[in-house]
Amino acid sequence: MAETHTKGPRVGLFVTCLMNVFRPNVGFAAVKLLEQAGCAVEIPPDQTCCGQPGYNNGDYDAARALARKVITTFERYDYIVGPSGSCMATIRHDYPALFENDPDWLGRAQALADKSFELLSFLHDELGATDAAAGVSHTATVTYHDSCSGLRGLGIKGQPRALLAGVAGLKLNEMEDSEVCCGFGGTFCVKYPEISEKMVDDKVRNILASGADTLLGGDLGCLMNIAGRLSRINAPVKVYHTAEVLAGMADGPGIAAATKESN
Amino acid sequence: MEMRSAEFKERAVFAIHDASLQQALGKARGGFVGKRAQQAAELPEFEQLREEAKNLKNEILTNLDHYLERYEAAVTAAGGQVHWARDAAEAREIILGICKHVEAKSVTKGKSMVSEEIGLNEALIENGMEVVETDLGEYIIQLAHEPPSHIIAPAVHKTKDQVSDLFLAAHGGPRKTEVADLVNEARQVLRDKYFRADVGITGGNYLVAETGSSVIVTNEGNGDLTQTLARVHIVTAGIERVVPTLDDVSLFLRLLARSATGQETETYTTYSTGPRRTGDLDGPQEYHVVLVDNGRSRMLAGRFRDMLRCIRCGACMNHCPVYGSIGGHAYGWVYPGPMGSVLTPLIKGMDNTYDLPNACTLNGRCASVCPVKIPLPDLLRELRHLQHRQELSPPMQRRALSLWRFVATRPKLYHAGEWVATRLLKLLSSNGRIRNLMLASGWTDARDLPAPPGRTFLEQWQDQRGKP
Ligand code: SF4
Repeated sequence: MAETHTKGPRVGLFVTCLMNVFRPNVGFAAVKLLEQAGCAVEIPPDQTCCGQPGYNNGDYDAARALARKVITTFERYDYIVGPSGSCMATIRHDYPALFENDPDWLGRAQALADKSFELLSFLHDELGATDAAAGVSHTATVTYHDSCSGLRGLGIKGQPRALLAGVAGLKLNEMEDSEVCCGFGGTFCVKYPEISEKMVDDKVRNILASGADTLLGGDLGCLMNIAGRLSRINAPVKVYHTAEVLAGMADGPGIAAATKESN
Repeated sequence: MEMRSAEFKERAVFAIHDASLQQALGKARGGFVGKRAQQAAELPEFEQLREEAKNLKNEILTNLDHYLERYEAAVTAAGGQVHWARDAAEAREIILGICKHVEAKSVTKGKSMVSEEIGLNEALIENGMEVVETDLGEYIIQLAHEPPSHIIAPAVHKTKDQVSDLFLAAHGGPRKTEVADLVNEARQVLRDKYFRADVGITGGNYLVAETGSSVIVTNEGNGDLTQTLARVHIVTAGIERVVPTLDDVSLFLRLLARSATGQETETYTTYSTGPRRTGDLDGPQEYHVVLVDNGRSRMLAGRFRDMLRCIRCGACMNHCPVYGSIGGHAYGWVYPGPMGSVLTPLIKGMDNTYDLPNACTLNGRCASVCPVKIPLPDLLRELRHLQHRQELSPPMQRRALSLWRFVATRPKLYHAGEWVATRLLKLLSSNGRIRNLMLASGWTDARDLPAPPGRTFLEQWQDQRGKP
C-alpha cells in the first residue's frame, strides 16, 4: 500500500520531535486514523521541529528560521496535521505572529496556519469522522488530561472525549483539575525542576484519586512528564496518547512503562 | 520594599517545603477558583463584559492624557488637589511633604498596592510617624513584618494558627483561635487608631474623570473609616486607574469582585469627591490625590501596553499553578504571580528579575480568566525575547539555542542527532526506562524517562512505505 489513491484531502503529517524519538507508535496510529477517514497521508522526510523551543525561550530569530522551513515543506498539502496541540498551536497562532512585520512571509505563514490542525480535532471537527474508533475496543477506566496549548490555544476539549466514547469497553472517569497544567512546560521542567515536580505531583494525585487505571492525553510532552512521575513512584497507571487507543494500537506497554512484565 | 526577585529559585524551593504555607495555599486556591467559576457561569454576559472592559481600557489608554487632565480639573473643582509623581521617590516625597505639612503623627492606611510599590510605609516610619494598616490582611502582615504575598489577600500565606500567635504577641492574651474572635480583636484595636489618625491613605480602584471621584472597594469597610475619619485623605493610584464616567465604573465593578474573590460584589464600594463641604457631617479637611507613573508611561509607549489594563483583581495568580505551588513571596517584590512577573521587570528593571518571566509553563490559564483579557503568556514570552536580545539569559542557554538552531535547520544533521539519541537512550535504559541521566538530571531527579524503542518514527516509516 505504498500508493493510496483516495479522493480525500492530501494531509502532510507533522512528525513531532518527541513522537519521532520516544513514541513512534503515535505516528503510526495517526496515519491509520487519517487514512481510515479517507485522507491521503504524506510524510515529508526532511521535516524537523516546529521551532517552539526557540520561540518560548525568546529566540525569535531561531523560531523564524524553523518556521520558514516548516512553511516551505508543508505548504503544498491541503492540510498539515500533527498529534500534538502544542506544536500545532505554535504553527496556527505563533507563525503569523512571528512574521507580523515581514509581508513576504506573513501571507504564507497565515495560509499554513489556516490549514494546520491537531489530529483529534481535525478528525472530529474538520473531517466529521466522529466514528473514528468504530470497531475498536479497549477495556480500561481512563481519565483525561487536557493539555494546555491544545485546550486554550485550539479549543480541544470535547473532541477527544467524543471520539473515545466510540471505543468499546472504555469508561471515562474525569479527574479533578483536568485543565490544570501538569508542570511540563517544555524547558520549564528542567529549568525549574522543583516547581515542576510539585505541579506534576498535584496532577498525579488527581489522577490516582479518579480511580482510573489509564491516563490519556493528546500531547507527548505532558504525557511523558506525567508517565515519568507515575513510573518513578511505581503507581499502577498506564499512559497512552489518545490516538493510540482510538486506532486500536494501545496493546503494547504504555509510555514509560516497564517493557518486561515484572522486574 | 527591598527587591529580592534575584533569589527566586531559592525562595521557591523553600516555599515548596514550607508545610504551613502549602496548607494555606491549598485552602485559598480551592476557594477562589471555584467561586469565580460559579460567578462567571451565573452571569450570562460575563464573557461579553470582559470584551467590553478590554475595549474600554484600550480606549482609555489611547486617550490617557486627555482623561487625566479632565480628572485633575474635576478634582480641583471639588476642592481637592492632584499631585503628579514621576517615580517612587517623588511619590514618597510628595506624600511625606503633605504629612509633614499637617504635622501628622499617626497615619492610617487602607489597602493600596501602589503604596507598597513606592515603599511608603518605610518612609513614613523613618520620619517618625506611626503607620497602621487597617485592612485585616495588611494588618496581619504588618505585625509579622512581612510583605504581602497576594494583591487582594495579602496574608493568604498565613494559617489561622499563625495569626493567633501574632495577635497574642501584639495584643496580649488570652489567645484567640476562632476566626470571628480574631477579627473582633483586630477591630477593637483598629477602632481607636481611626479616630486618632491625622492622615488616612487609601488606594484608588477607579478615578472618575467626569466627577473627580476616587472609588475604593473593600470587604471590611476599613477604607471608609480610613478616609472619612482622618483630618487629611490622601489617595495614591497609578495613572492608568482613570475611567471616563461613573457608568464605566459599574462595568468594572461587575467584573472585579467576581474575578477576584468570586463574590457578586464587594461589601463596600465607596466614592469620595474632594474634602468635606460645608454642611457635610463628616469627611476630611483636605483631599489629595498622588498620581504615580513609575514606569507606566514607558509601558504605554511600548509593546507592554496591554499590561496597563490590569484592574488588580488577582485572578491570574489564583489560577496560576506556579503561584499555587510557591506562593507570592518567592517572586520577591510587591506584585506576584503572572501579573507581577510582567510588571516587576518593567517597573524595577530587567536586571535581577530574570526568573520571573521564565518560571512559567505558558499554560495560559491566567489569560483565560483575566477580566480585561491581558495576554499574560505572550507578554511573558516577549520579556524572554528582550532578555535574549539583551543577553540577560544564561550564556549556556544561548549557546544551546544557537546549536539547536544550527542542527534543526539541517534535516540530515537533525535526523542523525535523533538517530544517535534514540540508540544512546535505549542503551542507557533498563526495562523500558531511564532512571538517571546526568545531562538531564532536571528531568530524572523526579521522573523516569521512557526509553525510545530504538528506531525513530521516520526511519521506520521509510522502511515501511519507502521514499515518497
Ligand atoms: S492581570 Fe488580569 S487577572 Fe491578573 S490581576 Fe490584572 S486584571 Fe486581574
